[in-house]
Amino acid sequence: MSKDLNLRYLAVAAVSGLLFGVGLYVSQMVDPMKVLHFLDFTLIPSGKWDPSLAFVMAVGLVVMFVAVRFGKTQSRPLFDVQFHEPEFKKIDRPLVIGAALFGIGWGMSGICPGPAISLIAFWPQYLPIYLLALFAGSYGGSFVIPSGRDKRLAMAQ
Amino acid sequence: MEHFSPISASIGGALIGLSAALLWLGNGRIAGISGIFGQLLPPARTVVWRLVFLASLVGGAFLAAVLFPALGNAPQLATPPAWFTGGAPIWIAASGLLTGLGTKIGNGCTSGHGICGLARLSVRSFTAVAIFFGVAMLVVMVTGIAR
Repeated sequence: MSKDLNLRYLAVAAVSGLLFGVGLYVSQMVDPMKVLHFLDFTLIPSGKWDPSLAFVMAVGLVVMFVAVRFGKTQSRPLFDVQFHEPEFKKIDRPLVIGAALFGIGWGMSGICPGPAISLIAFWPQYLPIYLLALFAGSYGGSFVIPSGRDKRLAMAQ
Repeated sequence: MEHFSPISASIGGALIGLSAALLWLGNGRIAGISGIFGQLLPPARTVVWRLVFLASLVGGAFLAAVLFPALGNAPQLATPPAWFTGGAPIWIAASGLLTGLGTKIGNGCTSGHGICGLARLSVRSFTAVAIFFGVAMLVVMVTGIAR
């Protein structure tokens, strides 16, 4: 049976998504203002700066780092034939320009993609506009830069 | 630091780390949200797990809000800075468009490059994280949106 319809494979995706959503709410990273209060370093002198986001990243990173180390001792994940690790290693222009554009978009609202999707649970005003624009930008981007390793490699030459 | 919440931030961070660890060790997939929704179109065979993950992501946030209402109020989108006269919908749309475009051509966001990429010690991800954090901080400072 195709792994894409394998129940255990889909159960892993479901539990993983659930944990991510709970984590975003518990850490309050679903709240764009909390993220903005981290990104705004001009708040430091007044004592209103909120370093919480750094704690979320640091702890999440440590947990994932251990998992990646453990994964290296395994030949494959539990429910698939291979780890889908990005093979493209080069720092190319699309990476730099893309990260910069994302930085602008993130700084304008304090919303990055994970919280954007999670916010559907709360449906705040203007969220549908944000989501439509997010999908449009993402879909549009797939025409700007070809996806896939070979095409990226060819572009980077 | 009136808003600082290190304990709930650390617990939330651990849950996000566990989510990424589970998806990696279980299915060999990177828990990068922009990548997971960015490859919904055109629909491929992987669309099923992607939709299951995204629906659970919304469900998880909803469930947590029901279980732990004291942790936060219903989140609202930030209002544009006062100097911007174009209206909130335009500002919000521009933010979403740039985020969608940037994460697609830069191959990742705060989760994919941030949590997963750094944990894999990917040089591309270290580069991307430094750029999008730096630019976002600059944009917040220049626009004054958090004040």
